Amino acid sequence: MEQATVLDTKVLEVNMGPQHPSTHGVLRVKLKLDGERVVDAECVIGYLHRGVEKISENRSYINGVPYYDRTDYIAAVSNVYGYLLGVEKMMGIEVPERARHIRIMMTEFNRIASHLLWLATHAIDIGAMTVFLYCFREREEILKLFESLFGARLTTHAFRVAGLWKDLPAGFEQAVRDFINEFPHRVDEYEQLLTNNRIWLDRTQGIGVISGEEAIDWGLSGPVLRGSGVDYDVRKARPYGGYEEFKFDVPLGKNGDTYDRYVIRIEEMRQSCRIIQQVIDGLPDGPVRGKAPRTLKPPVGEYFSCIEGPRGELGYYIVSDGSVQPFRVRIRPPTFMSLQVLRRLVKGHLMADVIAIIGTLDIVLGEIDR
Amino acid sequence: MTETLLIYVFIPLVKIAVIVLILSGAIAYLTLLERKVIAHIQVRLGPMRVGWHGLLQPIADGLKFLLKEDIVPSKSDALIFTLAPMISLVPAFVVFAVVPFGSPETFEGPLRWILSWFLEAGSVETVVQNPIASGGFITDINIAILFVLSVSSVGILGVILGGWASNSKYPLLGALRSSAQMVSYEVALGFSIIGVLLVAGSLSLVEIVQSQQESGLWYVFVQPVAFILFFICGMAETNRLPFDLAEAETELVGGFHTEYSGFRFSLFFLAEYANMISVSAVAVTLFLGGWLRPFPNVEWLSFLDIIPSVLWFLIKVFMILYVFIWIRGTLPRFRFDQLMKYGWKIFLPVALGNVIVSAGVLLQLL
Repeated sequence: MEQATVLDTKVLEVNMGPQHPSTHGVLRVKLKLDGERVVDAECVIGYLHRGVEKISENRSYINGVPYYDRTDYIAAVSNVYGYLLGVEKMMGIEVPERARHIRIMMTEFNRIASHLLWLATHAIDIGAMTVFLYCFREREEILKLFESLFGARLTTHAFRVAGLWKDLPAGFEQAVRDFINEFPHRVDEYEQLLTNNRIWLDRTQGIGVISGEEAIDWGLSGPVLRGSGVDYDVRKARPYGGYEEFKFDVPLGKNGDTYDRYVIRIEEMRQSCRIIQQVIDGLPDGPVRGKAPRTLKPPVGEYFSCIEGPRGELGYYIVSDGSVQPFRVRIRPPTFMSLQVLRRLVKGHLMADVIAIIGTLDIVLGEIDR
Repeated sequence: MTETLLIYVFIPLVKIAVIVLILSGAIAYLTLLERKVIAHIQVRLGPMRVGWHGLLQPIADGLKFLLKEDIVPSKSDALIFTLAPMISLVPAFVVFAVVPFGSPETFEGPLRWILSWFLEAGSVETVVQNPIASGGFITDINIAILFVLSVSSVGILGVILGGWASNSKYPLLGALRSSAQMVSYEVALGFSIIGVLLVAGSLSLVEIVQSQQESGLWYVFVQPVAFILFFICGMAETNRLPFDLAEAETELVGGFHTEYSGFRFSLFFLAEYANMISVSAVAVTLFLGGWLRPFPNVEWLSFLDIIPSVLWFLIKVFMILYVFIWIRGTLPRFRFDQLMKYGWKIFLPVALGNVIVSAGVLLQLL
C-alpha cells in the first residue's frame, strides 16, 4: 500500500526527444520523473532505420561498401575498414603493406575525429560551449585530410577491396605531420578547460557508474568498458590489419563513471596520435592496391571480422552462399549495446545527469537504427 | 513653487526618459557585445553581416522578433502568460531609480547654464544646489538597498509565472528550478550586502559611495569575501551560465521560455541582459566605488578626475559585464542539487561568518 502524504505527489512523464537538443540525433527517451529524479527511462529507437543490412543482401560485396559508411556516419572510415577486412578474409586477398599502413593511419584519424565530436557534444551538453567550437576546429583539419585523400568529408567510402582507391596526394604527409605536431597541444587546451574544472568534476564524477563485471554482462565494449577497468581492446586482444607492428597504450579507468570515460577518450586521442606518428615515420613504399578479382564470389561459409571502432567493438558477421551477393550481413554495433545500459545507468540520477550519461555513452543513432 | 516642480518633477522625468532610452540601447548592444566576445573566445568572428562588424545586428534582431507570429499556447493561462515577460523585464529597469551613476554634482554645470536662460539667479542656485536635480541619480532614498533587493526578487517571479502559465512540462521544471534557486541565493546575497552596510553605516547607495570616498578605499578591498559572494550570487540571480539552470537549453530545451516565441520571448531575453546590467551597477556601487576614480583620496592621481564621474561608473560596469560574459565562455553548468548545495552549505555560512567577523572587527575599531 502506498502511503498517502499531505501533499500528493505524482510521477511526471517527460518525453525527451526525438526532437531534443541533446539526444544526439533522434533518440527518444521516455523519462519518468519524481521531481527531478529519474524513476525510469525507456528508450525508443528506430527513427533512423534504413534497413542497411537488408539492402546489402541485394547488392554485390563491392556495391555494399558505401552503405556501411552510412551506418555510423561519424566513423565512416572505421566502418568500411571492418567490412572490407571481413571480405578480404573470406576471399584470402593480400593487401600491400603500404595500403595496410595508410588504412591504419586513416582509421586512427577517424578515431580522433569521432572522439572530438563526442567531446564537443558531451561538453556542450554539460554547458561548456567553448570546448564545442575548439573541437570542431581540429575536426575540420581531419576532415580536410579525408577530403584530399578520399574526395569526401563525411561519408568517405574510404577504402577499396585489396587496398586503396589511390595513393596519398602530394603534400599529404606534410599535412599529417603538421597536424600531429600541433594536436597534442590542442588536447592540452581542452583539458585546461575541463579536466580539473570543479564544476566539470562535480558533473561527471560518480555519474553513471558501472562495474567491470556488469559492463561485461551488458556486452559493453570500447571506452565504456575500459572506463570500468576491463583491459579489452580488439587492437591488442586480436590484432588485425597490422596493429601489432605499432606501439600504443590502452588507457584504463578505475571507477567506471562518466569522468573516467572522459579521461580515457582524451588519452585515446593522444595514443591515436602516437600510432599515426609511427605510421608516417615508417611508411613503406610500394603499391597501394593488391590483386583482387573483378567479381567477388567468396566460398560458402560464415565469417566474422571485428575491429576496435571509436565507440567499441564493431563486428561484421557475413554469411556467404557462394554467389556475388552476401546471404546475410549482420552488423554488431557497439553503441546498440551501450544504449541498452542507459536505463540501468540513469535510474536514481537527476534529469541533468541523463544527458551527461547519454553523452558519455557516445551513441550514434545511425548505427543503432541502421 | 517653480523650483520645487523643477526639482522633483520635471528634471527627474527628463532623467528617467534618458536613462530608459540609454538602458534599452545598452541592453541591445550588450547582446551584441556578448556574441562578439564569446565568438572571439571561441576563435570565430560572431555577427559580421549586418552593418560594420555586425553593429546593426541588435536592430535586425529586434525587428525580427517584432515580425514573428505571437503564439499563445491554447492550454496556457493566457493572462499570466502575457504578463510574465513584463514582470520579469520591468524590475530590472526600476532598480536604476536608486542606483547612482554619477556624483551629486554631475549635472551642476550644464543645469546652471540651461536654467539661467529661464530663471533668475537666486532660483537657479536653489535648483542646482539640490542633488535630486543636479545629481547623477534619479532619486536617493534612505532604504535604497532594500528597494533594490525587493525589486530584483520580483523579476524572478516573472520566470516562475511564465513557466507555470505555459502549462507544459519542460517550462514547469524550469520554473521550479528557478524558484528554488531564487530562495537559496537571495539569502546569501542579502548577507553579503550586510557586510558593506556595516562598514558604510547607511542603506542609501549614494551615501555608501560617499563613505567609500571618505575612507579612500573601495569596499572591495575592505570586504573582499562579500564582493565574491555578491558576484557569484548575482550571477545566479540573473540566471547566467554556470547558473542558467532555469533555461538549460541542452536539458530543458529552453526551460521556462520553451513555449514563448516572438516578442514575448525577446522580453525575457532582454530581461536577462537588463538584470546583468543592474546587478553589475549595484556591484559597482557597493564594492567598486560607484562613480569614484581609483584611490579617490590619493592627491597625485587627481589628473584622473579629467574623466567625468559618469564615465568611471560606466567603465566599471562594463568591466563587470565583461567578466560575466567571460565566465559564460569558460565554465560548464552546475547541476540542480549541486547549486542548492553550494548555496546553502557554502555561500550562506561564509556570508554569515563574514557578517560576524566584520561586525566584530568594527566593534574593536570603534
